Amino acid sequence: MNNWLISLDNSVGNFWLQFLIMAVFIIAFVMSSVIMFIWTERRVIARFQARLGPNRAGPFGLFQAIADTVKILTKEDIIPSLADRVLFWTAPAIAFIPTLMIMATIPFMNGFQMVDLNVGVLFISAVSAISAIGIFLSGVAGNNKYSLIGAMREIAQLISFEIPMVLSLASLVIACGSMSLTQIVAAQNVPNIILQPLGFVVFMVAILAEINRTPFDLVEADSELTCGFNTEYSGMKFALLYLTEYSEAVVGAALITTFFLGGWRGPFLPGIMWFVVKMIASFMFILWLRSTLPRLRIDQSMHLAWKGLLPLALVNLFVIALKNVFFPDLSLWISVPVYILVSVLVILLWAGFLRKGRKSLVV
Amino acid sequence: MQDYGYLALFLLVSIAFAVFMLALPLLLRKLGISPYKPSKVKSSTVECGLETTGRSWVQFNPRYYFFALVAVALDVMLIFILPWALGIQEAGWQFFLGGAIFVAILLIAYIYAWRKGALQWK
Repeated sequence: MNNWLISLDNSVGNFWLQFLIMAVFIIAFVMSSVIMFIWTERRVIARFQARLGPNRAGPFGLFQAIADTVKILTKEDIIPSLADRVLFWTAPAIAFIPTLMIMATIPFMNGFQMVDLNVGVLFISAVSAISAIGIFLSGVAGNNKYSLIGAMREIAQLISFEIPMVLSLASLVIACGSMSLTQIVAAQNVPNIILQPLGFVVFMVAILAEINRTPFDLVEADSELTCGFNTEYSGMKFALLYLTEYSEAVVGAALITTFFLGGWRGPFLPGIMWFVVKMIASFMFILWLRSTLPRLRIDQSMHLAWKGLLPLALVNLFVIALKNVFFPDLSLWISVPVYILVSVLVILLWAGFLRKGRKSLVV
Repeated sequence: MQDYGYLALFLLVSIAFAVFMLALPLLLRKLGISPYKPSKVKSSTVECGLETTGRSWVQFNPRYYFFALVAVALDVMLIFILPWALGIQEAGWQFFLGGAIFVAILLIAYIYAWRKGALQWK
C-alpha cells in the first residue's frame, strides 16, 4: 500500500522499519504541532484582543510551552477523595489515544502515511467519537457537579454534530468515489472547498463542535462551569487533557486539509510543506472564528445542529448525488458557479425560514 | 490485514505513550521533585468555596434523552448512507432513487419529531 519505501528490498524488516519511522514521525508531529499551536493561539488571540501575549520566556515567548510543562510536572498530583479513582486515571488516556490513531490514517505526503485504509472515512468518524467518550468519563469521574454538566453537554454535542459531519463526508465519498483518504486526496484536482462549498461550511461548523473549540466550547465554558469537564484535574492528568484538546485541534486542521483543501497536493513545494501550510491556514481560520464569535448557549448549539446543519447537509448530499449520477461529465465552468449560487441561496433561504419560524411555527 | 496490523501496533504504542505520561508524576514524586502532602481540604470537591452537599450523581434534564432518541434513528441512516454513497457512481439512477426513498422515509420521522417539539430545548 505505501510505496515510499519501495526502493528498499521487500524483506520482513520493511514492515517494522516503516512502522518505526511512521510511529516516531506521527507522535513527534502531533507533539510539536501541539506546542506550536498553543504558542500561536496565545500570541494570535492576544493580537486580536490588542494585548501582547506571552513574551518573557525566550524570544517572542517561544519557550512558554516548555516553561509550562516544567511547572506542571513539579505540581502535586491531587485526586479528590470523592472521585472514582479508576476512571479518574484512565479517562485522560482514553481521550488522548484516539487523536493519535486518527493521525495514523492521514496522508502527509505522496505515500508517506502509516496506513491507507479503504474505509478511512468510516474509521475516522468512529474513532473520533471515542475521544468524546474519554472527555465524558473525565467529567463523570471527578464527582463534581460542574464537571457532570460539562460531560452531559459533551455527549449532547457529539451525537448532534456527528450526523451533519458524516453526511458532509458522505457527499465527499460520492464525488471522490472512495472512502480511502489517499483516493480522496488524489481525486482533488480542484480542491473540494470549491466543488462543495456548502459541504465545507457544514463540515467546518461540525468539526468545530466535535473538537470543542469556541464558539462551541460549552463543555469547558470557563465563565459558567468553572472549568467544565476538567474542573477536578490537576498536574499531569490535566496536562494530558489539555494536550487532548490541542491534538484534537491538530486532527481537525489535518482533516479539513485532507478532505477540503486538497491535502498534500500543490505546486513547487514538497508535499509535506503544503500539508503543514494548509494545516496552519485552517488553524488560523479556527482562531479567527474563536476571537470573533461569542460562545453559544446549549439550546442554540442544539438548534444549530438539528435544525440548521442537518437539512443543509442533506441538501448538499442530494445535490452532489444528482450531479454525479445524472450529469457526471458537466464542465467545471458551469457546475462550480451554479453550485456556489445554490449554496448561498439555500443558506439564506433556510436562515430566513428559521428566523420566521421562531415566531410562528413550532421551532 | 497488514494495514490493521499497523493500526493495532500503533494503538499499543500510543497506549504506552499515554501511560508513560500518566506515570511520570509518580516517578517525580519518588524522586522528591514534586511534593505530596495530601490533606482533607485539598482533596475535597471544588465548589467555589461552598461545602459540597451530596454526591454529583443527580437526576438530569430529560431533554438530552429526546435528542439521543432522534440521534439513534439518524445514526442508523448514516450507516446505510455511506455504502450507498460509495456505490452510486457506478450503480446509476435506480440506486439513487432507492437511497432517496430511504432518506425520505426518515425525513418524515424527522419532521414529525420536529413538529412534536422533540428538537426544542425547553
